Amino acid sequence: ETSKYRSLAGFSSVLFVVLSLVKVFLSQSPEAACLSAEDISPSSNGPRDDDPDDLFAEATEEVSLDSPERQPILSDGPSPAITPVTPVMISPRVDVFDRSPDQDEDEEENRDTFDIQISVSDPEKVGDGMNAYMVYKVTTKTSLSIFSRDEVCVKRRFSDFLGLYSKLASKYMHMGYIVPPAPEKSIVGMTKVKVGKEDLSSVEFVEKRRSALERYLLRTVKHPALLKDPDVLQFLESSELPRAVSTQALSGAGILRMVNKAADAVNKMTIKMNESDAWFEEKQQQFENLDVQLRKLHASVESLVCHRKELSVNTASFAKSAAMLGNSEDHTALSRALSQLAEVEEKIDQLHQDQSYADFYLISELLGDYVRLITAVKGVFDQRMKAWAKWQDAQVMLQRKREAEAKLQYANKPDKLQQATDEIREWEGKVQQGERDFEQISKNIRREVGRFEKDRVKDFRVVIIKYLESLVHTQQQLIKYWEAFLPEAKAIA
Amino acid sequence: MVRSVSVDLNNDASLVIDIPDALCERDKVKFTIHIKTTLSSFQKSEFSVPRQHEDFIWLHDTIVETEEYAGLIIPPAPPKPDFEGPREKMHKLGEGESSMTKEEYAKMKQELEAEYLAVFKKTVQVHEVFLQRLSSHPMFRKDRNFQIFLEYDQDLTVRRKNAKEMFGGFFKNMVKSADEVLISGVKEVDEFFEQEKIFLLDYSSKIKDATAKAEKMTRSHKNVADDYNHISGAMNSIAADNNTAFKKHLEKCAEVFEKLRKLEDRVASDQELKLTELLRYYTRDIQAAKDLLYRRARALADYENSNKTLDKARLKGKDIAQAEENQKQCLRKFDKLSESGKKELTSFKARRVVAFRKNLIEMTELEIKHAKNSMSLLQGSIEILNSN
Repeated sequence: ETSKYRSLAGFSSVLFVVLSLVKVFLSQSPEAACLSAEDISPSSNGPRDDDPDDLFAEATEEVSLDSPERQPILSDGPSPAITPVTPVMISPRVDVFDRSPDQDEDEEENRDTFDIQISVSDPEKVGDGMNAYMVYKVTTKTSLSIFSRDEVCVKRRFSDFLGLYSKLASKYMHMGYIVPPAPEKSIVGMTKVKVGKEDLSSVEFVEKRRSALERYLLRTVKHPALLKDPDVLQFLESSELPRAVSTQALSGAGILRMVNKAADAVNKMTIKMNESDAWFEEKQQQFENLDVQLRKLHASVESLVCHRKELSVNTASFAKSAAMLGNSEDHTALSRALSQLAEVEEKIDQLHQDQSYADFYLISELLGDYVRLITAVKGVFDQRMKAWAKWQDAQVMLQRKREAEAKLQYANKPDKLQQATDEIREWEGKVQQGERDFEQISKNIRREVGRFEKDRVKDFRVVIIKYLESLVHTQQQLIKYWEAFLPEAKAIA
Repeated sequence: MVRSVSVDLNNDASLVIDIPDALCERDKVKFTIHIKTTLSSFQKSEFSVPRQHEDFIWLHDTIVETEEYAGLIIPPAPPKPDFEGPREKMHKLGEGESSMTKEEYAKMKQELEAEYLAVFKKTVQVHEVFLQRLSSHPMFRKDRNFQIFLEYDQDLTVRRKNAKEMFGGFFKNMVKSADEVLISGVKEVDEFFEQEKIFLLDYSSKIKDATAKAEKMTRSHKNVADDYNHISGAMNSIAADNNTAFKKHLEKCAEVFEKLRKLEDRVASDQELKLTELLRYYTRDIQAAKDLLYRRARALADYENSNKTLDKARLKGKDIAQAEENQKQCLRKFDKLSESGKKELTSFKARRVVAFRKNLIEMTELEIKHAKNSMSLLQGSIEILNSN
């Protein structure tokens, strides 16, 4: 019976690409006795924070103290010390290839456009101390003609991903495309890695980031427009990539963005749009609700991850204690049984730990991605409002110009009158453009939201099945272990 | 089904005791003790009597104070029923009633009832075992106060007060202090007791530790169950906002998590009942065994002192007869304690082994059962979700 769902799950894609503006969020994970809280919860800020409450989000950035001049990653010279990080097979590797039958009718999303596989792997630490950074291998396998080769490997660092996102957002966001947000920065996590702590939490952090970067790329290329974008192609194919300048700490660009953000925040508050299209009003409300609900679900899942880890630790601790009790026990048969109980509990503690990884990578991380995506979706609606405002402003301006011209009619100043007439024409053009832009962005958003919702449903279905299967596996193992122990318990005489 | 953590203590038909029922009234739990007996010392052959936890403590204390039982392992007193957890929950439920949906409220109420039931089971089990230990022991079953406890058809409150005034828990307190020091200080001639001493001192600390770790493990299970609950609720609220087939899908998922929660809860409470409670009980029983060693060590010390007194008396030439008599008595007492102590400790080991065996088997069987149920639930759900 298990083979039935195996074949369906085999090539399912967990990831999902929607274009949007990222709005960084801060989610709280339950602290309490949680073990590596900073590794689980995204705790700091990414680029382009549109959160009106957090104008100084950019202030906390990945403090990379290496030299700001362009340094191609893959130079021919002697490279600084490279410490390969032992890949920890923690997360279930997910294929991007969506070969499941597509029920798309509305667009020409050809089966061919999805023939692309991307993996992010082999994290390597370059350099030491606070100058160190992680480099990841990005492998693209594809038969698409826009790529120059059918298999290409490049090395990229985290800021490169942020840079890519930054470019895409600035190009497509205002058109209403939902640009997938890049993963979050993490000062704490990165510092530990830089400092060279080879402990489990550092390893887990790197794995978490690697997985997040992979999902990010997969989502990005899944969007037909982004897939063809030259920046994306360059990112995937080019062996040398100019250092992403704008993600550096408090650079000129950083400050500029901060200022823009402030302006945006003010604007948002003063725009009161006259919504004539019920669809948008309805959708916006839906996404508001979904935002709240997803965050709640995410928080519950994070709590589950935490408690499952605790269960694992406590089971291991009990196992040790049971072993000691068995040693102390002077009745031979009971002593042996207790030692065997200790062994069973030790195996079970490993089971719980594995399950917590499944909890995390299958569900928790995906939910986190979606919370960020929803924020991006909401941002797209904001962009539409801005477009509408621009159109309205143009209309107001046109009106003023017309009034000015009317006044000038009586003043008999032919030069000024000509200028006024020219300006009217100019503003008529702007009004038309404003209306066109607004209609275009509205159309784009409808399409984007449609894709988003379809993909979201698909993702969820796939992930929930995978997750339930992981639970099945755990239960199967439990049955195995306990059934092996039962005769030992019965053998106590 | 015999619920006891100890051996099946009801195999002697001449005096069979169980607690079929208990009632929780505010702070007090009223246990209904059910007795079936063929012994002539009882007036009726089958009857029931209501008793409170404090009555059990009174009975335990009077037995501890009884000099005659110094050479016996005194069954540990049952701990006070602890309804703090469910009570807190009930308080929260009452406060949050207005902010919850009807479904959430009903669910919380259901959880609350389950928790009450779990605490109930535990406390009934431990009070029942206490009585059964007494009834199955050749000496304790004949105890006058035990009979009063079982038969007296009125409230024992008055008797309890009098007893407290008489003894004031003197002997009990004496035993508790510095028993380890005294026990380990004894120069043991008897190989049996030497072994027992080493064993009990070590085992006692190990089992206390194991109990604490088992408790933490159980609590983690409960936390995971709680999380499943919240996940289920969150999925339901997302489902409420969705129309179309996806809504049904989400609702089905929410249902799966709800069922997983129930299973996880059951795993937690069964583990608690079979493993943690077992360890808790034997921690107390080991202490009772240590108390016995302590009393024997005291008797030995008394005997050694009486020897010294006799020597002194002989030197002085005064009160020799008295000192001789005293010495004889001390020796008699010590020998009696050693003889009955050996018997008790031997049967204690047998009892412990049987109890562990029984509970480990039951725990394992329940774990297998719950895992199998989980698996069939999950596999069934996967099939349904896939077919949607």
